Amino acid sequence: MSAIAVRTAAARPLWRRLIGFNLLTAIIGAAIGYVIGHMVIGPAIHAHSLDYIGLTAGQSDIDVLLGYLFGTIGFLVGMGFANYPIRRLLGHPPSLAEHEDEAEGMFRYFTLCTDHKVVGLQYLVGIGFFFLIGGLNAMLIRTELLQPNVHVFGANQYLTLVGEHGAMMMGMITSGILGPFGTYFVPLMLGARRMAFPRLESFTFWLLMCAGVVLTTTVFFGGFQTGWTGYDPLGDQGVLGYDAYIGFFALVGTSMTLLGFNMLATIVVMRAPGMTWSRLPIFVWGVFATAALMMLAAPMLVATLCMAALDRTAQTVFYIAGVGGSNYLYENLFWFFGHPEVYIVALPGFGIVLELLPVFCRKPLWGYRVGVAGMLGVGLLSWFVWQHHLFVSGIDADVRPFYMLATELISIPTGFIFLCAMGTVWRGRIRFTVPMLFCIGWIFNFLWGGISGVFLSAVPSDVTTHGSFFSMAHFHYTIMGGLVFTMFAAIFYWTPKMTGLKLNETLGKIQFWILFIAFNSTFGPLFAVGFLGQPRRVVSYPAGLQFLNDWVSVSAYFIGISMLIFLANVIWSLLFVREPAEVNPWNSKSIEWQMPSPVPLHDFERIPVFDVDPYPYGEPLVAPAPAGGQV
Amino acid sequence: MPEINHFRRVALIWLVSSIVATPLVIFLFAPIVPPGQGSVQSSGQVLDNTVLFGLSTPIALAVLIFFGYSFVVFRERDPAAVLDGPAVRGHAGAQLWWMIVTITIVLFLATYASYRTFVDGAGGGQGPIPASVPVPSGQSALPVQVIAQQWQFTYRYPTYGGVETSELYLPEHTIVKFNVTSLDVVHSFWAYQLAVKADANPNVNNVAFVKTRGPLTFNVRCAELCGVWHGYMFNLGHVVSKAQFAAWIAQQQRQFAPITKSLPKYNPTYNPAPTRRGG
Repeated sequence: MSAIAVRTAAARPLWRRLIGFNLLTAIIGAAIGYVIGHMVIGPAIHAHSLDYIGLTAGQSDIDVLLGYLFGTIGFLVGMGFANYPIRRLLGHPPSLAEHEDEAEGMFRYFTLCTDHKVVGLQYLVGIGFFFLIGGLNAMLIRTELLQPNVHVFGANQYLTLVGEHGAMMMGMITSGILGPFGTYFVPLMLGARRMAFPRLESFTFWLLMCAGVVLTTTVFFGGFQTGWTGYDPLGDQGVLGYDAYIGFFALVGTSMTLLGFNMLATIVVMRAPGMTWSRLPIFVWGVFATAALMMLAAPMLVATLCMAALDRTAQTVFYIAGVGGSNYLYENLFWFFGHPEVYIVALPGFGIVLELLPVFCRKPLWGYRVGVAGMLGVGLLSWFVWQHHLFVSGIDADVRPFYMLATELISIPTGFIFLCAMGTVWRGRIRFTVPMLFCIGWIFNFLWGGISGVFLSAVPSDVTTHGSFFSMAHFHYTIMGGLVFTMFAAIFYWTPKMTGLKLNETLGKIQFWILFIAFNSTFGPLFAVGFLGQPRRVVSYPAGLQFLNDWVSVSAYFIGISMLIFLANVIWSLLFVREPAEVNPWNSKSIEWQMPSPVPLHDFERIPVFDVDPYPYGEPLVAPAPAGGQV
Repeated sequence: MPEINHFRRVALIWLVSSIVATPLVIFLFAPIVPPGQGSVQSSGQVLDNTVLFGLSTPIALAVLIFFGYSFVVFRERDPAAVLDGPAVRGHAGAQLWWMIVTITIVLFLATYASYRTFVDGAGGGQGPIPASVPVPSGQSALPVQVIAQQWQFTYRYPTYGGVETSELYLPEHTIVKFNVTSLDVVHSFWAYQLAVKADANPNVNNVAFVKTRGPLTFNVRCAELCGVWHGYMFNLGHVVSKAQFAAWIAQQQRQFAPITKSLPKYNPTYNPAPTRRGG
């Protein structure tokens, strides 16, 4: 089969390949779809229905929302996602693979490709791009906060920056580990040749990219002033930019649901012989717990925002107090998604740290079952804590002890993760490589994130810290200190396998130390700023807090510098130096490192058979055989 | 040479540093952490924070010292060597003790915080039917309505003819019952030095109690994003002597008498037409 594919690809000249289904046609499809939605279908709907019943409100909201909807559909059709169902309807035989053969080279990365390794890299670059935009927003926010009063941006622009930073990070970066590393490595770790639903895997990626573009276009429609939480009824007042927020999160939610579903299905059914549940790499367990949360929580977000969209267009009143709705409905629904969401962000990081520590401590993972219990426990408990976001909201005060208890209980399974990490480093032979440094960064940051979380979970402390910079510092410690640090650990750890090339170790260490120090110097003082009375998302603050705010802003610029160093490292190492990496530079015993770099097209010539977990360090066992052999 | 007992060493370092650091944190650091002693509720919060700081100091030290010791002592000294450490996959005793200790701490914290919350309401908004009413029998609380709207707070005093003022004055040593509501979007009434925070929701009467102490000027800020000028939604509040308060409220009643007549009748909530943007 691959011989045929190679011939056809080579035979097609470039101009012929450009007219097919790829990113170019997708962008054209998106433009056509947007015009149809915004200018044809939207006016058609409100001209004949809303005007008829005397409502003129919400017309342009309908146009913009339909523009986004049809634009997305146009993009996906242009990408070729409709080809398969249409071909099947017309009675053609099913095509199992799309754009998989390597002769197509870079071209595969701009198409609907069903190779999980291509999609993994697509995710990495795509999410990285939007991470950069979100990070730039943060730099601009800190620039505005250099002075206690409005000085660079207007209040409106400032809030749009805040909202876009939050939404970008909480929406796009949520898939930051499952997308790139889950898609790339979970099938390899399971001994599978592909994901359970390869087309779906490409679909979730391109949908996420559509979402990112939708959010960025909010600036053309006046932005949105609601922050990433988008509370109604404030959202209901919002200008057209809020429709971009709705469209963005609805698309992200759909993408997350399907990604989680695909991951779960892959882990459940695609395990090779001998890959029992108790031999599953701990990273896969992290992905499993995350995927379950994604699949169950994200639909809630989509539903919440569909209701918000209906409020704005069809004049329903789900969230409008006094006429039958309630803002509490929005808050409950949003946080019922939102709290599992923060663990969706944290859990993959747990998986990465516990996966990498054994490699760099040269010891088996200590307390494997405790680690698994920790991840599943966090996943389960995360459904019972959402009202700790609403302790002072005025929702029935009798239930506060329950949410306090549930929230504090979650530190028990989180403690299990720390216990496993402690057991693993103990008496190890620790090697301070760049990925290991980022894992150590995680340990340090997440410790403070966890301890500050205890203050927010206790009502008496929460009354003052809620909605202040304290809570903002807390979740940056858990999300940025947790997810972003482990993302970098994963990037430095797995890039040699994904690209076959080395990243510069020295630049990596410089980046780590600048990032680590600047991160703590940014968010550490913000705990104090919160306790001193500065609420979140304010454009002005008491003059007495200027010194701390300036300190934080300057530190934040150093975070920006560390990101530039990383970017320079990637460009320098992967585009210019191109030093080939060893097959197994870390001497890992995990299966993906026993495979050639880069990984061959169909992963395994023969499906491997497992008889140990990936951590037999120091145990009298033979090292895993090369790919395809008995492991 | 006898083998070094690393665990005993870590435990000793931890014990010594905890004994030194914990009292420092409890007696020197925790008391200066806001919100201070401006009201009974703020003292309660400081107390709760002190307990949390006191407990988390040894916990944080345990984790930091354990890892710090491991990274120094168990580092690979020969970078060229690829040698494995001992193949230890767990320790039932350590796991069991870890669980017992963490579960005990967590249950204590949850119980203690619940208890503290019910003692004085902790200054938080409790909704229309408060779970904790820190008003001793025979006494009554001074009701003050906080009305939030984009982008200012106003205050109504129902026991003084329902007069509505743009400034907040409270008498000293008095139990105050804030009834917080909103006319448009969700706001949050944060009286910082009094340690009161209660969301202002349209159509909801969110009750928060505070017992004032001596005279004090405090900051009022909106703590929930409420639109463009959220950052400028703040003003000052004052706790004054009872005589000054009586004089002030009488003066306000006189000054606003014509307006008070045309205000809507005092209500726990007001139900304005939804301010929908429209189009």
